Amino acid sequence: MTTGSSAQSHPQPILKVQGLTRRFGARVALDGVSFGVLSGEVFGLLGPNGAGKSTLFRILAGLLRAHAGTVTFEGRHSALQDAAFRVKLGVVFQSGSLDGQLTARENLRLGARLYGLSRHDADRRGEKLLGLFGLQPRGGERIATWSGGMRRRLELARALIHRPSILLMDEPTQGLDEAAFRSFWRYLGEARAETGLTVLLTTHRSDEAERCDRLGLIEAGRWVGCEPPSAWASRFGDDVVTLETEKLEAIRDLILEKLGLEAVVRGRTIRLEHPRGHELIPRLVEALPSGALRSVRLRRPTLGDVFLRLTGTDLDLDGELEGEP
Amino acid sequence: MSLALDFATARVLAGRDVVRFFRQRSRVVGALAQPILFWWVLGSGFGGSFRLQGATHVRYSAYFFPGVVTMVLLFSAIFATITVIEDRREGFLQSVLVGPGSCFSVVLGKCLGSSAVALIQASLFLLLAPLAGVSVSAVHWPLLFGALILSSLFLTGLGFALAWWINSASGYHAVMSVVLIPMWVLSGAMFPVDTPDSVLGRLMRLNPMRFAVDAVRQALFPGGAASNASGIAALPSVSLLTLGGLAALTLGISAWRVGRRE
Repeated sequence: MTTGSSAQSHPQPILKVQGLTRRFGARVALDGVSFGVLSGEVFGLLGPNGAGKSTLFRILAGLLRAHAGTVTFEGRHSALQDAAFRVKLGVVFQSGSLDGQLTARENLRLGARLYGLSRHDADRRGEKLLGLFGLQPRGGERIATWSGGMRRRLELARALIHRPSILLMDEPTQGLDEAAFRSFWRYLGEARAETGLTVLLTTHRSDEAERCDRLGLIEAGRWVGCEPPSAWASRFGDDVVTLETEKLEAIRDLILEKLGLEAVVRGRTIRLEHPRGHELIPRLVEALPSGALRSVRLRRPTLGDVFLRLTGTDLDLDGELEGEP
Repeated sequence: MSLALDFATARVLAGRDVVRFFRQRSRVVGALAQPILFWWVLGSGFGGSFRLQGATHVRYSAYFFPGVVTMVLLFSAIFATITVIEDRREGFLQSVLVGPGSCFSVVLGKCLGSSAVALIQASLFLLLAPLAGVSVSAVHWPLLFGALILSSLFLTGLGFALAWWINSASGYHAVMSVVLIPMWVLSGAMFPVDTPDSVLGRLMRLNPMRFAVDAVRQALFPGGAASNASGIAALPSVSLLTLGGLAALTLGISAWRVGRRE
């Protein structure tokens, strides 16, 4: 199994979770989840709504109790509520935790002071992060009027100001447009280059998942496995053929009848998985009535396809739905 | 190390509440206008029919004034703790809860901040005390501020514990109108007890809020007929000790609730 380049130079796990279990009444939200996060890597937690990602996040952030299981941090058994563990933890919440009545500088200062930094150190690091994240010109503004993308960047700066060794993020870019998403990750990359930070995040976005060194998949509270994104994609090596047509159901039934292949209707397309897609396409075109297909496309499987196959849910579509309870 | 972090956490939270109060101009104006309006409207309404047994010369505006001071404390505590409900799930409080400060430091910081705001509001209203017949030179200032500080800590601690336990804004509103507001009404703030042995009299005697009203009244009108106007007033030392005990109890319960993760 390969891991990201930064992970390879420090292969020991910084965080190890074993047998983590959490119930809500009769429902088992996490069922004996075990995994390890290597020092310096970006580790993504991927799973459909209600899979247990947010529960896992809240337990690791110390906001929720686990009913069973252990956590080891930097090789030592760790109680998640210990101050010694928490000073090394940075957290970015999905819902945001900045104070809109305060300026960006004041938000950073408060964030730093919570970790015992002197006012002088807090302001010095705050200025540096504002500069690094391209927010310095607007540091004196109250953030209530800021755009979502800028607030997320400030949220990230606030989580990093006490120089944590591990950063925990819950769907940090949910709702951001493409440009804001890219800038968030660019700034995170710059911060990581400086400190060798380890990142553990939950995500719904396939473009975000692809930026992770390794991805752990969780479904219905159970751990499915953990691989680099490319390994997940090649684990299901079939090509993906998508057909655009007016008569979705009729064509799907015809494919089953004439070629004996199971196709699936997704949105306004028909989708087929096949080990040799390029050989399937001429057969499809011959078998179907002329003019029935508007377009035929062939591509290698993406993370989204893998996710769909494993969980039956569209990764990016899922992200637009409401979060877990 | 951890004590320094606790201190830092409490300080950040308390300072933030005070800064936020002054940033929201409408809150500053409301904080001053609301008690004045209340004092003036109810004072004019009840003033004509109010006769204090054994001290008929005490005007209602004088009787009611300490009651309005404690109302300022109560409303400030309610306002501060209602934000805890939302702040805890999607707001600033999340980042404090994942920080290294202990649960007690989170509760203490929030309650100190809210008490500081309450004290500022109460002090502004106290500027009107001469209009209620208070002689500024006679006021027992240590008793007054001791009572204000301990009462605010108690009320904020109580509000915090309730907010954390109820965890929904609508539920908190219900508790506010069924528990907190009646507690103030039955504290001797609005009317005295004519028959201490009646059901109402007993209820008022059991009400912890009466110690706040009694102590403020005794500090503003020391020794005069108004100082035992409620008819059930405790000694100032008893009031202060009780309020201090209640503050410690409610802050402790709040810290325990916060520490006991779901």
